[in-house]
Formats: sequence, structure tokens, C-alpha cells
Amino acid sequence: MAGYNLKEVMNKPERLSAGHRMCAGCGATIGIRAVLRALHEGDHAVIGNATGCLEVSSFMYPYTAWEDSYIHNAFENAGATLSGVETAYRALKKRGRLPENENFKFITFGGDGGTYDIGFQSLSGAMERGHDMVYVCYDNGAYMNTGIQRSSATPQFADTTTTPVGKMSNGKVQTRKDLAAIIAEHHVPYVAQTTFTKDFKDIHIKSEKAIYTEGAAFLNVLAPCPRGWRYETSEIMKICQLAIDTCYWPMFEVDHGNWRLTYEPKKKLPIEDFLREQGRFKHLFKPGCEDLIAQFQEEVDRRWEDLLFRCSR
Amino acid sequence: MSKKDRMSGNEAVAYAIRQVNPDVMPAFPITPSTEIPQLVSTYIANGEMDTEFIPVESEHSSMSAAVGAEAAGARSMTATSSCGLAFMWEELLVAASNRLPIVLTLVNRTLSGPININCDHSDGMGARDTGWIQIYAENNQEAYDNYIQAFPIAEDKRVHLPVMVCQDGFITSHAVQNILLEDDKDVKEFVGEYHPEEFLLNPGKPVAVGPYAVSNYSMEAKYNQEAAMIRSREVIKEVAARFREKFGRGFDFFEEYRCEDADYIMLIMGSAAGTAKQAADDLRDKGMKVGVLKLRVFRPFPAEEIAAALSKCKAVAVMDRCESYNGHGGPLASEVPAALFMNKVYTEVVNYVYGLAGRDFTTETAAGIFEELEDVVENKKQVRQCTYVGLRSKEGQ
Repeated sequence: MAGYNLKEVMNKPERLSAGHRMCAGCGATIGIRAVLRALHEGDHAVIGNATGCLEVSSFMYPYTAWEDSYIHNAFENAGATLSGVETAYRALKKRGRLPENENFKFITFGGDGGTYDIGFQSLSGAMERGHDMVYVCYDNGAYMNTGIQRSSATPQFADTTTTPVGKMSNGKVQTRKDLAAIIAEHHVPYVAQTTFTKDFKDIHIKSEKAIYTEGAAFLNVLAPCPRGWRYETSEIMKICQLAIDTCYWPMFEVDHGNWRLTYEPKKKLPIEDFLREQGRFKHLFKPGCEDLIAQFQEEVDRRWEDLLFRCSR
Repeated sequence: MSKKDRMSGNEAVAYAIRQVNPDVMPAFPITPSTEIPQLVSTYIANGEMDTEFIPVESEHSSMSAAVGAEAAGARSMTATSSCGLAFMWEELLVAASNRLPIVLTLVNRTLSGPININCDHSDGMGARDTGWIQIYAENNQEAYDNYIQAFPIAEDKRVHLPVMVCQDGFITSHAVQNILLEDDKDVKEFVGEYHPEEFLLNPGKPVAVGPYAVSNYSMEAKYNQEAAMIRSREVIKEVAARFREKFGRGFDFFEEYRCEDADYIMLIMGSAAGTAKQAADDLRDKGMKVGVLKLRVFRPFPAEEIAAALSKCKAVAVMDRCESYNGHGGPLASEVPAALFMNKVYTEVVNYVYGLAGRDFTTETAAGIFEELEDVVENKKQVRQCTYVGLRSKEGQ
């Protein structure tokens, strides 16, 4: 892998073109563009996409924002659909029906609803079968396309439209599913969790590894949603930085079974710093809710310790 | 040169799959179609074919993967039964609306519940409005022949629709019967090569599949899909004619068995047509003029042709191996009378429900139905529509 040069990387031609209809400041599109910049020039790609914000906003007939071939099938089957495409590639190559010198890479995008929940079986099957593809989850922690309903990726206590805060409710009851770890336990060659950092190096390097490692790979990208999380749109980079500095969203990779932290905050910040910025956690800062924040902190600490242990082996 | 052999319906279809050697086949096991992916996997393991087989984790994923593979430019197919077809229902619609010429070999089995593994047509009939062409077989020979014809129909540029080829679970899929098998070379030649116009893996020409379309565009997409279904009628006939010319057998939309001068006709699909034909022969021996119209193509529905075929008889028994739970009879009971009425043919129709979940349908039952038709016409016997035949008691105890 060549040395990372931000300017060079940012000057690559966009493969998701302007003019799509995603919200201003949407984390998903930032993530998708970052992943696609890791494709080597000259390589073709087929992009898969689960139903969600990204799909309905980027491929509205008769327009598409995708420079590469693209397939949307349904909500729960992005993994299976792209495994069909990837298998077709192997079949047609084997039978001499595609040019020898043209390479295709297979990348599919799904939100957390289409990945953690309804598309979980399809994803697990595709990973277990080992198709040469990358599944990228843009995790914004709720069903944003249908209007901010909770998913199994939604953090505890988040105020969503199906876990609304009220006299009898502090938001979502359950903690979130650790999908990157679950996919790592499929023992696929490459799994990583990442988000946006100032130099976009972490996501770039992980995307490149995921795309160019043979076999199934999974990337979990924290992709904040200003509407669902209720923060100032311009604050997205700050939100991401707080997510990693509080260890709410650790950045790590599992490369052929080796767990490795790719970022360790110099000073682990308290979880309040991440929660305070977001309207969905506003109720936690009312007097008398200190124990809820403490409970949140405890869960973050427990998971962080667990990750450190995995990475120390 | 044709070769005589003995095979079950599943073996016959698997043999045809080996001959066609499609590019990609995702599949998931379900009784009674499981043997098809098993046999294909064995052919692959022994180097007798080189289709890329995807052992998916569900039927929903088998159709999802088939959609992906077909969109990518690969000739793709799958096999399933019953709940498996029900589970892929959403994807059946996606396949058809994306105009992907996938072939599905369906081994008909009842839908749950109660869970039961035996034959009726509720699975295929449940998918009757998903935009798939549906062709039903009476026996292993027709299952084999229909599979070979499926790709040329589906992939024809006038059609571009998926095709479901159906055979009756266990009765056809597992019973060993005589069969004529064609040479690999002849089958390959008949099916031809697949060269789609647009596909995902075309390096010079990327394409996007599966758009969101607003109301300004969606209705035209649906209209064009129906137009393709209408155009498939001529293609089905052409392919059947080409098949007859090359291999010397087969029918278009249906087979008319001893219908020419028949007073009473039984309209039926699948393996029970054989039983009905036997009953017709027995009654013909006794001097009763009866015949059988065996429907081969259910989608597109050959309404005009059915009306013409039934215009001269005195009464028709419309046989449903499926319940619609609508208080108004099975699917054929809805569509056949509508076809007659719309074409101004006012033949007497009586609807019967038979053979659900593998209940036997006997020549005695079939003969009794012909005799009842005569009673209705000659003696004005009042018969309840949608009568169940073969129940253990009238009250269904």
C-alpha cells in the first residue's frame, strides 16, 4: 500500500457524483465517497445498495448519481444480491465471456437497519460463503429513511420515534448490537470499524484493505445523521472525533484474525461529551438522570476493556 | 438422437439443467425440490457441468442472488417448493419488474399450515400475479421439455420476463416414469447462448438496476411489463413449434385430449390430467363423449383460446388444486368463467377443489365429476360451486 497523501486522494475523480438528493451534511454520502476513493483508478466496480436513504436519493429514475454499475434490489438482501453479482463475474470470467484485462470490484452499502436488522441473515450468509466483496454499513444508528425509528444499532437511551422519551420512558431500553465483532466471528479475512477523522486516513486505508483483500470483508462506518441525532449540521467532524475519543465508537480492524486498535485516544473523554452534543440524548441531562449517564458510561467502559483485551492477544 | 430412459421428474429436470449448464444457480433445500440442487451439485462435483452453484442461506437469498447474477449478465436459475417460493415472493416481483429472464423450476407443494410436504398448486398459484410466466407439467417428460423451452422464452427480446416451470411434488418429482432424453448437443443448440443487451459487468457501459421511480414513471414501467407478458404469448407458441419440429412433441398453451366432439370437458393442470384422461377413456368406452383440457400455460392466461376450446361443449368442470379462501372458488374458478364471459361463451361451468395437500385424486372421482356434469345439463341438477371432492366426509371431519 502506497503512502497516504490526503491531497492526492481528495483529487481523485468522484464516483458518486454531485446532484444526488441526500441531505446537506449527511454522514452516509461522506462515508460512501471516502470508501470509493480507495478504488484504484482503472478498476471497475459494481455497487450494491440496500433500500434506504442512500438508494432512494441517489438513483431516482431516470437519473443516477453512480459512475459505476449499480444494483439496488430490496431492503434485506444487499448481501445476497451482491453475492449473485460476484458469482456471475467468476462464472463469466471462467467461461471467457468477459475481457481478461478488465477488473471488477464488488462493494455494497447498507444502512444499519438494512445491515444489523432486516439484512442480517443475508449479510451473514454472504460473509460465511466468502464472496470476494466488501459490505459497507453506514451506521447512523436508526431507520432514518422512514423517520428515525430505533434499530439494533441505536444506542441505549436514544430518543427515536419508536423509543420516544416520555413520562414513562427514557428512550431506547436496550444497548446496541456489536456488529463488527459479530462479523469478525465469521472469520472472514478483513473486518474494520471506522469513521471520519480530519485526514480521512483511517477510513481510506481500511477501505483499500477491504476492497483489495481477497474474500469477504466488512466495514462498519459511523455515519452521523444530523436530522436523527439532532446536532448542528456543520459539527459532524466534531461529533465523529468525540465518538472515538470517548471510545463510544472505537476504531479497530480484524485482519486475518488479528485484532488491532487503529486509534487510541491520548485521553479517554467522558461519554457526556459525546452525548451532550446531540438532541436525541437531551433528556439525559435533566436533573436526576445522572445514573443513566453513569450506566451508559459503564457499558462503554466494559466494551472498551473487552476490545483492548481482544487486541492485546 | 433421442434416448429412452427411466427417471423421476426431479432427475429429469436436473438432467436438463446439466445439459443447459446455466452460468449461476443459487438454491436452498426444501422438500420436494431438494433433489434438484443435490443432483446439480453432484454433476458439478463430478465435472459433468461447471455452473457456479451458490449454497445460499435461504430462498429469499436464492432469488436475490439470482437477481444479482442475472442483472450482472449471467444466465441464472433456481429451484424451490412451497414455503420456499412464498419466502421469495418479494423477490419474484423484483425479478419480473427488472425484466430479468431467470428460470425457476418449481416442484409444487402445498403451503403451510398445517405443514405438509405433499402436492397441490397453492405455491404456484400464490405467485400467479408476480409477473412470471408459468408453465405446468403433467409428467416427467413435460417437466424436462418445459425446462428446455424456458430459457428461449424468457430471454427473447420481446419478452425479457422470468419463467417458472412447474411439476407436481412427489407425484411427478419422485415417481419414476419412462422418458425420452435428447442429446446434449441438440439441447444446447435449442437453448442457444445468452447475450443480454445491458448488464452490470459490461466494462464500457455501466448500468444502474433497480431504481426508485416516482409516480410519473412507475405506471409506464408496469404497463410495459404487462405488454411483455402479452407479447410472450407469440413467443411461447413459436418456441413450442420449434421444439415440436426438432423433438417431435409438445403443446402450446394447452393440450386438448378427446375434446373435439366432447359434450363434457374437464379443465385441469398438472399430474391429475393423466388421471382425468384415464377417466375420459373409460367413459368414452361406455359411449359418453368426454374430454380433458390440460392447461399447460397459466401465465400468460390464454383466455381467448380457452374460450374457443370450450365454446362447443355442454359443460365444463374447472378443477382447482388450490383454495383461494375467498368464498368464491380457486384461481381457475375465477379466471376460466371470466375468460368465457369476456369472450361471450356461455358454457355451463362447475368448479371443483381437489387434491389439496396430496389428497388422492382417483379415476373414480374424475368419472363421477363427468357424470355430475351430465346430470347438471340433462336433469338440471343443482350443484354447489367450489365443491370439494375427496374429503373424508361432507363436513370435512
